[in-house]
Amino acid sequence: MNKWEDNKAWLMVIPVFLVVAVSAIVPLMTVVNYSLQDIFGPDQRVFVGVEWYKDALTDPRLHDALKRQLLFSSLVLLIEIPLGILIALMMPKKGWGASLSLVLVALPLLIPWNVIGTIWIIFMRPDIGLLGAAVNGLGIPFDHTASPFAAWVTVMLMEVWHWTPLVVLLAYAGLQAIPEAYFQAARIDGASVWSTFRYIQLPKMRGVLTIAVLLRFMDSFLIYAEPFVLTGGGPGNSTTFLSIYLVKLAVGQFDLGPAAAFSIIYFLIVLLFCWLFYQALLKVGTGDKS
Amino acid sequence: MARIDLKELAHSYLSKPAGETDYALRKMDHVWEDGNAYALLGPSGCGKTTLLNIISGLLQPSEGQVLFDGKDVTALLPQERNIAQVFQFPVIYDTMSVYDNLAFPLRNRKLPAADIDMRVKEVADMLELNDVLHKRAANLSADAKQKISLGRGLVRSDVAAILFDEPLTVIDPHLKLLLRRKLKQIHARFKLTMVYVTHDQLEALTFADQVVVMNEGQVMQIGTPQDLFENPQHTFVGYFIGSPGMNFLPCRMQNGIADIGNHEILVGNDTETLDGNFMLGIRPEFLKLHPQAVQGSLPVAVKAVEDLGNCKIVTVQLAEKTLKVKLSEEQELPAERSFLEFQSQWIRIYADEKLVGNGVKKQARLELEK
Repeated sequence: MNKWEDNKAWLMVIPVFLVVAVSAIVPLMTVVNYSLQDIFGPDQRVFVGVEWYKDALTDPRLHDALKRQLLFSSLVLLIEIPLGILIALMMPKKGWGASLSLVLVALPLLIPWNVIGTIWIIFMRPDIGLLGAAVNGLGIPFDHTASPFAAWVTVMLMEVWHWTPLVVLLAYAGLQAIPEAYFQAARIDGASVWSTFRYIQLPKMRGVLTIAVLLRFMDSFLIYAEPFVLTGGGPGNSTTFLSIYLVKLAVGQFDLGPAAAFSIIYFLIVLLFCWLFYQALLKVGTGDKS
Repeated sequence: MARIDLKELAHSYLSKPAGETDYALRKMDHVWEDGNAYALLGPSGCGKTTLLNIISGLLQPSEGQVLFDGKDVTALLPQERNIAQVFQFPVIYDTMSVYDNLAFPLRNRKLPAADIDMRVKEVADMLELNDVLHKRAANLSADAKQKISLGRGLVRSDVAAILFDEPLTVIDPHLKLLLRRKLKQIHARFKLTMVYVTHDQLEALTFADQVVVMNEGQVMQIGTPQDLFENPQHTFVGYFIGSPGMNFLPCRMQNGIADIGNHEILVGNDTETLDGNFMLGIRPEFLKLHPQAVQGSLPVAVKAVEDLGNCKIVTVQLAEKTLKVKLSEEQELPAERSFLEFQSQWIRIYADEKLVGNGVKKQARLELEK
């Protein structure tokens, strides 16, 4: 075999390399470049090494934002995944009911993110908001602009309402893909509803649930638009998540160097967690137990 | 173990069936004896899986009753009927070990752990699953998985019947043979009532004591493999069983002689009373080809010869009609013009697709003459 013949394959891959380079690698490298310099203006910059990284890693406000972020993402996963599976299990499997429920469930996914923030601001207003006024009417003081707890509840409600549908759609697709014979066999084996779920439906949904967990983790970890519109990170710093803090740093104070270092750290954290989740979910239900 | 009675059973998937053709399963009355192995054989879409699912209780028949040992079980759920069913694709519980898979039906029925252990080991022994008993079922090959599905049926000592829905479809050919033999052994040893759905006639004929041939939602004939081969009660059975199927020629019958246009064939036996237009059927195995004319033979033109290795299929033309003849491998290739002999004792005469002459059982014959 001619060596040129073998190497010709590289020609085919070059277009993809170019696209990836322009869309991902070049911007990323630019950020890496920024993160190592102190930037005063377009032509004024000083190389500072890992100075910004040291600053970022010891910044107590960043630590607080990271803790908030982890708490938020954990709550999102803990609520949305089981809730999504539950709703998917209850949805009709065929007929017009199936199509109708799919459309209804998918509605929140079709709304622009900043609009969602606005919807919830109005919805939760203590004076005229449907839910906010109702809760206050019951004698429970509830104002997401004043109380950190109320702000958290509101952000969580909004997030669950907005993104559980994605988990529902994925879980529903997973459930629909299970051959009927499994359910017939389970009936003949005398399996209860719980056993059928535990030993057939849940294991068969493993693939789609892995994707659901990864997507929901990444998205919730990067959440910006909705809390920015709803609370702007407040009251105080109580809903200042990583991305909100990052934007404050980069846009508000125009500290490009520290913001770039922060971005890289942020990126690595997301990457690390996704890798951990992926590894863990791969192992669930595959190893031999003896 | 149980005898299965189907009483005036019929099923339609439509809520308001208008005519015969709306029924996936047309009205039928059958008794399947305790401890026999039955095969449901028929082309795809003939209603065999529908019938099987009605027996197991996965489907409620729209009309009629299913009886196990005389007890009406029509309204009972599958888990209450004590039935085992093995499906076309192996169904296993992925996250469980082979042991837990086999124990699952017993655990669901809350048997004591010691009994479960005993039964599981017995079944694993029988199916040669001992080596993999504590392995995860998901990682096994297709045939091992199908053995597990089978094992979950066998593990319950009290099953009324075991139903198989084309269980060997996804199994490699050489393992098919082994698994089929295993099933036969299990049947011989435990005398279970077994019902086996397949569209593969070889599988049906080698597995079952009694083969139920179905077409378009109707049972065409129930009989031993030999019966189906020698005395098809319906032209469909003649055509569907055998490879190639039975030859059919339209004919006029008079005094035991079939007139097929410009030739006459002596049929004799019990066909003297038949008079009028009929269909003559004969299997390719019972036709002979001679290089020279012999008594009663007819001149034919040889159109094609297919050599299958163990036999030759010869296509001949007789007065506008083509017939298939099966010759043994040793026989000489026939010349282009040969002479065809009909072995009269194997000629079957059909009217309205039903067997009326030659080979009709005595009882049926008496009724026919009335």
